[in-house]
Amino acid sequence: METEFTPYLSLIGGVLIGLSAVMLMIGLGRIAGATGILSGILFPASFKDFSWRLAMVIGMMAAVPLLAFTVQVQPNVVADFSLTRVVIGGLIVGVGVTLGGGCTSGHGICGLARFSRRSLVAVISFMAAAFITVFLIRHVIGL
Amino acid sequence: MTLIYAALTGLVFGLGIVLSGMADPNKVINFFDLFGTWDPSLAFVMGGGLITALIGYRLAFRRSEPMIAGQFPTDIPAQIDGKLVGGSALFGIGWGIAGFCPGGALPALGTLNLYPVAFVLALGGGMGLVRLIRWRGGVLRRFAT
Repeated sequence: METEFTPYLSLIGGVLIGLSAVMLMIGLGRIAGATGILSGILFPASFKDFSWRLAMVIGMMAAVPLLAFTVQVQPNVVADFSLTRVVIGGLIVGVGVTLGGGCTSGHGICGLARFSRRSLVAVISFMAAAFITVFLIRHVIGL
Repeated sequence: MTLIYAALTGLVFGLGIVLSGMADPNKVINFFDLFGTWDPSLAFVMGGGLITALIGYRLAFRRSEPMIAGQFPTDIPAQIDGKLVGGSALFGIGWGIAGFCPGGALPALGTLNLYPVAFVLALGGGMGLVRLIRWRGGVLRRFAT
């Protein structure tokens, strides 16, 4: 299914994601990586560790009703394929980000912004793998 | 104060994710589909996010410590090994299969739709699986020695 090319909205959204990473670093000295935030909630080391991460995720979720009520924007979050495929992908992502120590936000935004070579290697690895995977699924298997 | 600030930071992140299109699995997969229904939007998300963080981090690190609480991190891992490359490759494979990455799915939970909810549950399951295997490995080693 085709999706509309949205350069301006995507750029604005990207700037907001970057701004949030800067806010978290300048305010709390923390790296805004979704992997670390979720794993800190699911497998907390201490209550102090857990509470700010939970507050952050509640804030993330609040963006949806805020945009719906103020500017009547509602995101599509439903894939044009099965829920089973989403679950299989989710499991693999969970294993991968734990071993790789981060995902798009942690390595891709925060890591690259610190000129981390480790993050650069991670980003090249996951971007390449995603391009190859989608090519195989769409053009070789034909799903 | 820390909690309110963290929630506000999350809100800005969530607004960015929703407006940018990162919460839409079809849009994400189209970014990776160079030879099909390619949608280059996500390059603008990465570009905008990276430039902002690059400038903002420079400004942040001029300070000696964060404004509200905590310390700037000093122990961020730097090693490059097979685990980093292989784990990240697995992440990319899963991302291409599901269309969600963790940062895209967490704000999408706010829709209460089954797709992001199922993704995040599976994501947590995968994270738990690695911890379980590590923990069992540790127990077995202790028995062996």
